[in-house]
Amino acid sequence: MFYREAGQFKTTYSADMAIFPIRQDRVTLGALLAFAFIGVPLLSYFHVWPFGQDYLLRAILLPFLILALAAIGVNILVGYCGQISLGSGAFMAIGAYSAYKLGTGVHIPLAWLGFDISIPALPVLPSILLGGFMSALVGILFGVPSLRIKGLYLAVATLAAQFFFDWVFLRVPWFTNYAPSGSVNAPELNFVGWVVDTPIERYILCLIFVTVFALMAKNLVRGNIGRQWMAIRDMDIAAELMGIRPLYAKLTAFAVSSFIIGVSGALWAFVYLGSWEPLAFDINRSLQLLFMVIIGGLGSILGPFIGAAFILILPIMLNLVPSELGVPLSTETITHLEFIIFGSLICYLLIKEPHGFARLISLAKEKLRLWPFPY
Amino acid sequence: MVLFGQFLEILIGGLLSGVLYSLVALGFVLIFKASGVFNFAQGAMVLLAGLALVRSLDLLVANGFPFWTAIILGLVFAGIIMAVTAWLVERFVLGPLVNQDGLTLFMSTIGATFVLEGASQMIFGSDVYPLRLFPTDAWFLFESSFPGGILVNKLDVWGGLIAGILVAGLAIFFQRTKTGRALRAVADDHAAAQSVGIPISWIWFVVWLVAGLVALVAATVWGTKLGVQFSITFLALKALPVLIIGGFTSIPGAIVGGLIVGAGEKLAEGFLGPHIGGGIEYWFAYVLALAVLLVRPQGLFGERIIERI
Repeated sequence: MFYREAGQFKTTYSADMAIFPIRQDRVTLGALLAFAFIGVPLLSYFHVWPFGQDYLLRAILLPFLILALAAIGVNILVGYCGQISLGSGAFMAIGAYSAYKLGTGVHIPLAWLGFDISIPALPVLPSILLGGFMSALVGILFGVPSLRIKGLYLAVATLAAQFFFDWVFLRVPWFTNYAPSGSVNAPELNFVGWVVDTPIERYILCLIFVTVFALMAKNLVRGNIGRQWMAIRDMDIAAELMGIRPLYAKLTAFAVSSFIIGVSGALWAFVYLGSWEPLAFDINRSLQLLFMVIIGGLGSILGPFIGAAFILILPIMLNLVPSELGVPLSTETITHLEFIIFGSLICYLLIKEPHGFARLISLAKEKLRLWPFPY
Repeated sequence: MVLFGQFLEILIGGLLSGVLYSLVALGFVLIFKASGVFNFAQGAMVLLAGLALVRSLDLLVANGFPFWTAIILGLVFAGIIMAVTAWLVERFVLGPLVNQDGLTLFMSTIGATFVLEGASQMIFGSDVYPLRLFPTDAWFLFESSFPGGILVNKLDVWGGLIAGILVAGLAIFFQRTKTGRALRAVADDHAAAQSVGIPISWIWFVVWLVAGLVALVAATVWGTKLGVQFSITFLALKALPVLIIGGFTSIPGAIVGGLIVGAGEKLAEGFLGPHIGGGIEYWFAYVLALAVLLVRPQGLFGERIIERI
């Protein structure tokens, strides 16, 4: 009735290939973006419940946006290219620490060669993006084994990245500028004169990053390269026989995915945490991202958002609901319950709906197109 | 001579601790061989078995049972728990996923891992529980030839003995019994095995049960070494490089891989560690596995990977 493309005629090829060909989709997305960009800051400014509270922005919306961005990166690799990765946390860490080093000035002592390399401190925006590029480089490096091995074997290779970089950032003091505690502080977030400080500013900054990268990812996956990734995912040997170069397809997937994950890592460190330790990016982070992608939907750009929202909101619900009902649970029980619920949900989704919540939404759309008539 | 003595001590310690990795890796190999499932949950199963054992043991001893009876009852109880787990996993996770590809099965075992970790800690508690089954003191060997002798941990020797017995038993089970043969058929091709009349759900139950019992054995040794605690699950991750090096489908491979990883990481820690900052143990095994993957993807003893369209 409402969601039907009847009467929307496409008269040009570009209209036919538009990113959202159906008007209702465009309107919904536009409304969502308008709410996110204008509505939330306004509501927060005028202290309308619940947007007036710092807690919502700082502890829910901010991590939601950044983790959704990271999950988009993971989804490009796992969901679109079919290369399983257990090392996403490491790539977030690489993005974060590279951005940190570039943002505070890089000094490489090469006394044995007779000279030192010094790069002055870069502004925040270039250091975040270059952090992403560093992560992409390392991603390509660890993607090389994927040309010979796949599936579970690759999972172990990415696990090697995870543990190696955990150690590197913990034990090599150069990366933390010789901080005695091993914890480092982000430089001032000055974006060409815009000093990002209050929660609402941080929120808007992340929102800009997420919007830009989500659009970029959406366009990538429906273009030439995205189709190559999907062909590799569905059957790599057949794809190779059709003339798709696995080297190019797999390594670009690793590069793009690690780039996005690296940028999100830098944002996580700079914008969300402010000061952080290597523990912020350990194996649990990698598994968390993988869960977001599985729960949200493998092979979709909408999925990571749903997955991130779900994973962030479930613990809060577990905290709130029983205490509202008068049976407060101990924090320990809540953690264990979380484990059980996530685990069983993953098994359930893999069995019943391997494409996650995003697939449920597209099914609902299909139903809505016909509603209220059977066909 | 002092250096050589030190080398020998680290090598022996490393080899014996490698056997302990092999104990965990064995569980992986069993399930992979028999069902083609790469079981991420093996570590959680070790945790569950350990917790079930140590908690029931504490309870029985506190209620005045003699120690040896308590141990036997505790082991039986933990075994029953593992059997129930095997049945649940088969019934609710793997059964509905028959004929899916390996990656889906792998991810479903990650889900199972989380359920097992959460449930076992919720039921049995989440502290560190000491377990005293094996002697934990040490022998000093060759005191005449080396100053100070060579320190060998008794527990590690026990671990080695147990691993040897397990491997022999499993080898006989796989090669000589009808069930073992059916297991290998299922690993080759789910659908083909089903079509010749092998009851696939029964086979999967058996193999998860056996892996659960191997996890129980691993839990007794690891629990004595570290106490039964959550960090035991990370040992399972250590078993992954062991498998890569040894090959996913080979029981001797799991043992040799464990030995290589154990000795390699202890030697690297002992001799390289002081130069590049300690803690190499943490990642050495994985990087070693990465190197093996690049040269010989099927591992040292694995069957050649052949792909068909």
